Amino acid sequence: MKVLVAVKRVIDYNVKVRVKADQSDVDLANVKMALNPFCEIAVEEAVRLKEQGVATEVVVVSVGSKACQEQLRTALALGADRALQVEAADGPDSLSVARILAKVAEAEKPDLILLGKQAIDSDNNQTGQMLAALLDRPQATFASEVKVEGGELLVTREVDGGLQTLKLTLPAIVTTDLRLNEPRYASLPNIMKAKKKPLDVKTAEELGVTVASQVKLLKVEPPADRKAGIRVSSIEELVDKLRNEAKVIA
Amino acid sequence: MSILIIAEHDNQSLKPVTLNLLSAAQAIGGEVAILVAGNGCAAVAEAAAALPGVGQVLVADHAAYEHQLAENVSKLVVELAEGRSHLLAASTTSGKNVMPRVAALLGVNQLSDVLAVETPDRFKRAIYAGNAIATVESADAVKVMTIRGTAFDPAAAKGGSAEVVRVNSVHQSADIAFVGEELAKSDRPELTAARVVVSGGRGMGNGENFELLNRVADKLGAAVGASRAAVDAGFVPNDMQVGQTGKMVAPELYIAVGISGAIQHLAGMKDSKVIVAINKDEEAPIFQVADYGLVADLFEAVPALEAQL
Repeated sequence: MKVLVAVKRVIDYNVKVRVKADQSDVDLANVKMALNPFCEIAVEEAVRLKEQGVATEVVVVSVGSKACQEQLRTALALGADRALQVEAADGPDSLSVARILAKVAEAEKPDLILLGKQAIDSDNNQTGQMLAALLDRPQATFASEVKVEGGELLVTREVDGGLQTLKLTLPAIVTTDLRLNEPRYASLPNIMKAKKKPLDVKTAEELGVTVASQVKLLKVEPPADRKAGIRVSSIEELVDKLRNEAKVIA
Repeated sequence: MSILIIAEHDNQSLKPVTLNLLSAAQAIGGEVAILVAGNGCAAVAEAAAALPGVGQVLVADHAAYEHQLAENVSKLVVELAEGRSHLLAASTTSGKNVMPRVAALLGVNQLSDVLAVETPDRFKRAIYAGNAIATVESADAVKVMTIRGTAFDPAAAKGGSAEVVRVNSVHQSADIAFVGEELAKSDRPELTAARVVVSGGRGMGNGENFELLNRVADKLGAAVGASRAAVDAGFVPNDMQVGQTGKMVAPELYIAVGISGAIQHLAGMKDSKVIVAINKDEEAPIFQVADYGLVADLFEAVPALEAQL
């Protein structure tokens, strides 16, 4: 079984973002970048499937400028077999990315496509679902458990009320939630080996996709500040404040 | 403008977040129709028809729609999208599952987790875990959107009498099947709709200790939530998680107990009207957003709080 994993380069989750003074966007200059945490979980799941003998090959793909090769190398160091960078200006919209990934999937013919459920920069939570629609294949989003059984996929999903289990026919698309697995750290020998693994580059145009968006970013602002609160010294004082000052409890 | 709202429901009752969707639709302005796709969902359709300002309720009642499978519901929505300017669903796991599929089939983008309507084409949404608010403008002919329910006041639930129209088309993918579900059973209000939320973090120490919070919640009629740390540690199930990747809540009162206040948790609760933090670490970042902070051992403070209520 062949597994395709799509990954995104994003701001490191430990970095506090700042909005540019001209409100055109957030400031990403000289900011530490990393593999999107949910994408890392997707790579880990693919590698585990290979270690279990379920997957035969793990191909990892990213859409973006040359800088995203760094994240592809990270994925290779985690255990992916080969990588593909689809060259496009940074910040393409989800639909363009899904269209590019659909072309990649048509060429690679994977049985399973794994993606993170959302990227922690745009917080869109769309690309996997869009890709599934474009390929007209089934999807299991927000996965916390993935099992391959007799050519079918059993996926447990984290839904608002609890957990839901779906059965999907392959090829299928799965997006990962936080508790699917805990990604490993790449070992130094694996980081060295990853440098020698194949990394191809294609352009969006070569795949026949024009990256253009109907959605324009007009302004980016910091969120409204909460005004500083007060410290109370006891539960009695707290309850008194909640009753008589904030009036939120009876 | 012609707006189609995808109703959030469980085949038995209309979920309250649908009222917030209606309020978002009213902010956009125009004719409003509601789609109830489900199985044995007549009572839901009836409730939807009673919402004031709704012109039409479309009911697709078939086994294919029972579990809101995205493969089936998305094709139904696309079929009903003809002539509409906006398609709205809640930013719930169901809405987030279905709507991007709808958008891709229509060849348009999706605006996720919309917080405010500026004009019928211009909206605000949170990015970077709520550390930045983006204003975006869409030139797509039809706007496919998920709406953050807590950002819009609920519309009235009674007083309308919309026409109910049956939709007979059935879209049923052979590639996906519902196997089962484990849904949390609770008599407490739903997290995203509760007036008061009491949440616990890693400081709770284990799952049993959440019983302390349950007792406070019972006195306040509150829902009980958790930080990602508490869910990851296995103290409580995932459906209790509040944060960037869990649920977004904005209750009148949020009580954070033993929660340090990681950015991704704050993203899910900092729009609460009043925030209380109880933590023994006085440096915890949660105190920076709390209206009332109490530096105390939660195992003494929480029982004391319960006794005072």
